[in-house]
Amino acid sequence: MSNTTQLLRFITAGSVDDGKSTLIGRLLHDSKSIFEDQYSAISKTSEKRGMTAVDLSLLTDGLQAEREQGITIDVAYRYFATPKRKFIIGDTPGHEQYTRNMVTAASTANLVVILIDARRGVLVQTRRHTYLASLVGVPHIVLAVNKMDMVDYSQARFDEIVAEYKKFAAQLNLHDITCIPLSALNGDMVVDRGDKLDWYKGPALLELLEKVEIDHDVNTSDFRFPVQWVCRPQTEEYHDFRGFMGRIEAGEIAVGDEITVLPSGRTSRVKEIVTYDGKLQTAFAPQSVTITLADEIDISRGDMFVKSSAHPPKVAKEFEAMLCWLSETPLDKNRKYLVKHTTRTAKCFFSSIDYRVDVNTLEQHGAATLNMNDIAHVAIKVQQPLVFDCYATDRATGSFIVIDEATNNTVAAGMIA
Amino acid sequence: MSKHTFTHLDALESESIHIMREVAAECKNPALLFSGGKDSIVMLRLAEKAFRPAKFPFPLVHIDTEHNFPEVIACRDKLAADLGERLIVRSLEDSIKRGTIVIKNPDLPRNPYQSVTLLETIAEFGFDACMGGARRDEEKARAKERIFSFRDEFGQWDPKNQRPELWDTYNTRVHAGENIRVFPISNWTEMDIWEYIGREKLHIPNIYFAHEREVIRRGNNVIPVSHLVQPKPGEKVEVVSVRFRTVGDMTCTAPVESTARTVDEIIEETSTSRITERGATRMDDQTSDASMELRKKEGYF
Repeated sequence: MSNTTQLLRFITAGSVDDGKSTLIGRLLHDSKSIFEDQYSAISKTSEKRGMTAVDLSLLTDGLQAEREQGITIDVAYRYFATPKRKFIIGDTPGHEQYTRNMVTAASTANLVVILIDARRGVLVQTRRHTYLASLVGVPHIVLAVNKMDMVDYSQARFDEIVAEYKKFAAQLNLHDITCIPLSALNGDMVVDRGDKLDWYKGPALLELLEKVEIDHDVNTSDFRFPVQWVCRPQTEEYHDFRGFMGRIEAGEIAVGDEITVLPSGRTSRVKEIVTYDGKLQTAFAPQSVTITLADEIDISRGDMFVKSSAHPPKVAKEFEAMLCWLSETPLDKNRKYLVKHTTRTAKCFFSSIDYRVDVNTLEQHGAATLNMNDIAHVAIKVQQPLVFDCYATDRATGSFIVIDEATNNTVAAGMIA
Repeated sequence: MSKHTFTHLDALESESIHIMREVAAECKNPALLFSGGKDSIVMLRLAEKAFRPAKFPFPLVHIDTEHNFPEVIACRDKLAADLGERLIVRSLEDSIKRGTIVIKNPDLPRNPYQSVTLLETIAEFGFDACMGGARRDEEKARAKERIFSFRDEFGQWDPKNQRPELWDTYNTRVHAGENIRVFPISNWTEMDIWEYIGREKLHIPNIYFAHEREVIRRGNNVIPVSHLVQPKPGEKVEVVSVRFRTVGDMTCTAPVESTARTVDEIIEETSTSRITERGATRMDDQTSDASMELRKKEGYF
């Protein structure tokens, strides 16, 4: 790998029947990312189960419980690299009851691969996965039309599926969709192009993963720096040092820039940008740095630095959001919860559930409560003001989680409208 | 960002620093598990990047099986001293004396018992979060574990009941008596670790580099001869050029045959290696397809 290898995070969505595990297995196998001991383990298992060929889908089989039941029960992460990029795959199950896992895995992804069985075409679950990808704001979508070998590699069938899919996707806020015909079983158009799909002129799956442009997936214009930790060494050498540590979530900053601390609204100038490897003149998202200021003002964890010149985030104690309920215990509108947003945690309650979205039809319905896997538009009141952007502008400052104080479980994920 | 270069190592490093700072800010009494192995040496550098110019806001903790390679223990002590950070060492021997660990044969691998001493140490100091250098690419049970992994009062991991982890917004909350394990380098691979050791010029124990060593062959494994492992009748002692890919319990950590004497040569070898790190070197993981999952459920890292 060179010194400029980039990291791409992607997820796969589809059911076992769509050949999702086989596709991941094929990607790992053909990019030479499977090790001998892993291969020999799955060969033995395939043989034991009476299969004639090695079942590549066994590679993504994880826990004992899953092997017993033959299903995938949770998000698993896989890693592989080519000379061009390093990849993290979030492998999510396709069962209806596990929508929350897809939302979870999609939240950190640059790209989602949505699998379709070429024989069955666009199904309810295809619509669901696409809607969830748009909800969570995954920047790039790949529609992988799998099992092309079962439809004689027919271009007409592929075109038909693509037309239907694009018609549906047009209702959603998706900017970058690529449709690829492939056969995970035979390895056509996954890593190698194969010789059965000559009519298709676009990129093979791996080729696309290697070249999709991800530099602009992060908001590069509006500087956002949530303070994580205040560094006060209190040693002789660093007697007066007061550094504000955190990760730049968006935009960039330079020494001398004027910043505003929110929610207080006090302003100062950047004196130094400190890192272990020396001081910097400028820093950008998603670097983790330490910032010192020219003035001594009261700042603690949970505050956010923004650049005074850029367009400001909102500072409010009430906001609206799309919420995905993740817990088996339904939402209780009479209860208080905690919201964790960037580095700030505050008490909150839900002042209204405006509507619930049927993820299969996109229809809106009224709802008195929310159950696991429900997605709804809600209004939230928080005890302290939050400093936020809308999720569509900035994933990092527009997202939050909801925690139930009684159990300490993460019960919901929210995207600020 | 096209005007800046931000590589996969930069991205991983920034993610790990962010995780460590979240732990420091939100947990009352965290600790960083440090063994002197390569992954935990990377963790120390990341902690320096996260907290300097201040001291670490947590102590280093090592659970010593007393089956460790002396080179690794020496490296552990030197690094902690050089950094001026507090190192707490608790030994399996203490648990054995207390009677909380009963072992049949003192020379057999001790990894299965580590969880007992770890849980006792967590209770002794009241740690609510322990950071460890485990990676998801090591093993399939780890591939499914969260970065912030919640443990109940018995230190148990329940794979079917994990907290969903979204964006980089981590839920660090626990009730009294419970704790979390945090894995800041979850998303790093063995290759990333070696590239980072090279980039940062980290000092690691010399047994990671190729050296001549007396070994015996048992089945597919090459086993180093030590005071704990002696040849059985009929076994032949050979001198082979080997290096260790992991450095755990001396009785169950097998070296690989290698001539790689520098980090660059190890990177070269790793990129062409056809066997996983644990598959090559950990005999205790080969006993059952689910052995790591079972140990994790019992409170092992």
